[in-house]
Amino acid sequence: MTYQLKYKPFGEQSVLIEWPQIISKEILKDVLSFKAKLEAEKRIHDVNHAYNSLLVSFNDFTNGLESKINELEAIYNTAHIVNKYAFKRWRIPVCYDTHFGIDLHELALTNNLSVDEVIRRHSTISYTVYFIGFLPGFLYLGGLDKTLYTPRKASPRLKIEKGAVAIGGGQTGIYPSESPGGWNIIGNSPINFFDIKAQTPCFANAGDEIQFYQVSKEIHSNIKTLVEAGVYQIESEVIND
Amino acid sequence: MIKVLNAGLYTTIQDFGRFGVQNYGIPYSGVMDKQSASFSNAILGNSLDLPVMEITMLGPKLQFETKTRICISGANISPKLNNKIISNNKSILVEAGDVLSFGKLKKGFRAYLSVQGGFKTENVLKSYSMYQNITLKSSVEKGDVLKIASFKDSVMLANASIKVADTYLETNKLEVAKGPEFDQLSEDQKKYLLSNTFSISKDNNRMAYQLNEVLENTLKPIITSLVKPGTVQLTPSGKLIVLMRDCQTTGGYPRVLQLSESSINILSQKYTGQIITFKTNIL
Repeated sequence: MTYQLKYKPFGEQSVLIEWPQIISKEILKDVLSFKAKLEAEKRIHDVNHAYNSLLVSFNDFTNGLESKINELEAIYNTAHIVNKYAFKRWRIPVCYDTHFGIDLHELALTNNLSVDEVIRRHSTISYTVYFIGFLPGFLYLGGLDKTLYTPRKASPRLKIEKGAVAIGGGQTGIYPSESPGGWNIIGNSPINFFDIKAQTPCFANAGDEIQFYQVSKEIHSNIKTLVEAGVYQIESEVIND
Repeated sequence: MIKVLNAGLYTTIQDFGRFGVQNYGIPYSGVMDKQSASFSNAILGNSLDLPVMEITMLGPKLQFETKTRICISGANISPKLNNKIISNNKSILVEAGDVLSFGKLKKGFRAYLSVQGGFKTENVLKSYSMYQNITLKSSVEKGDVLKIASFKDSVMLANASIKVADTYLETNKLEVAKGPEFDQLSEDQKKYLLSNTFSISKDNNRMAYQLNEVLENTLKPIITSLVKPGTVQLTPSGKLIVLMRDCQTTGGYPRVLQLSESSINILSQKYTGQIITFKTNIL
């Protein structure tokens, strides 16, 4: 399926491409397919995406916006590039113990659920990775159960621990590094979501899925030790669809 | 080698930044004022994008352990070599043991120190720009010993200097284009934005400059989308935030204006309380 896209200038060398303002896996697929085509183009300096937008920066903008838009439209309408990357589903351990999940009780109470039910609903869904933003390695995940939607805290905390698993509004995510933040903390994952020393700093790619599973404090600590030693292998499987 | 005797207020090593890694949520970074950094490199015959030291308001105290040529551009922070005042925008030979220090801020806000051949500090993802959790150091600290390129004497550069028109350090007109959500603003909002003067709040740093004035705002947040240095965001409370080089790669506030590249440089030389206006031909 192709969409009616909007092309807008965004800064001196860039064009912003917008899809309809809806968060959906179908749109993500189309965004990623267009992005893959653009990445094959030498004329393009840089391309980045979010839920329903692409930011394309050109090496040379001398022919002006109109000509760039024509070029981009032509590329959009070329045949789909077979995506060589096989999307993966990553199994991510999370300890929901209240030692980590400092807002878990309150969040359960707000949503009229038991703590166990919050954990069950949070860890049964496979979340889609839409893009990485906010902080290096912060995954924007789609698919949170509506019964877990919880407003951000009125005043953000100055310090949230690395690995904190949190819910903010209709989104869930993992803090890849210590940072200030206003989301409700429900657990912690020992996995490194951003490793500057690794060949690719983030193991997860847009289009992949994240599946959380519950572990005890003890197993959390064991996995953390392995992660820090650089020997932990995250479980994953190829998604066939 | 350069030994850091005193770090100053906020001193970092920067080049033109990291590209092609924003997909990981990594900021662009890079020198705040590209024009000044380019001057300081050009005067030494360096490539314009070689890593330089970005100095903010209060300068560091540095001791050179090897001979080299240096140049300072951008803000005038009364630089001194061995306690004798030196000029900006001039190639200056320094000997091992010489001490560079700074005094009173006279003009601008950020100065750039280049050395011949550039700084040779940690390079991560093809950039020397310091950034927390990307490079080991997020700023230059007292006691650091910074590697620089080894010195090759060049007669040509002996008296190199460029007459730099530094009026850009004092202009307060920022040239802007429409941001992606500009057209959603009401006529009154557009008029206010483009005719009012704005003052820089105390929340100004390498990530963003927040402005003090409040614009009546009825725009809803957008689905998180892409932002870049120079993007002017309108928050739900009506405050304007101008994103700078270390900004996040995505954001959820309406993007009402986009600064030109040269306006990002101009704003980088401003500090708390100073006044700016947005200049445009879009209306």
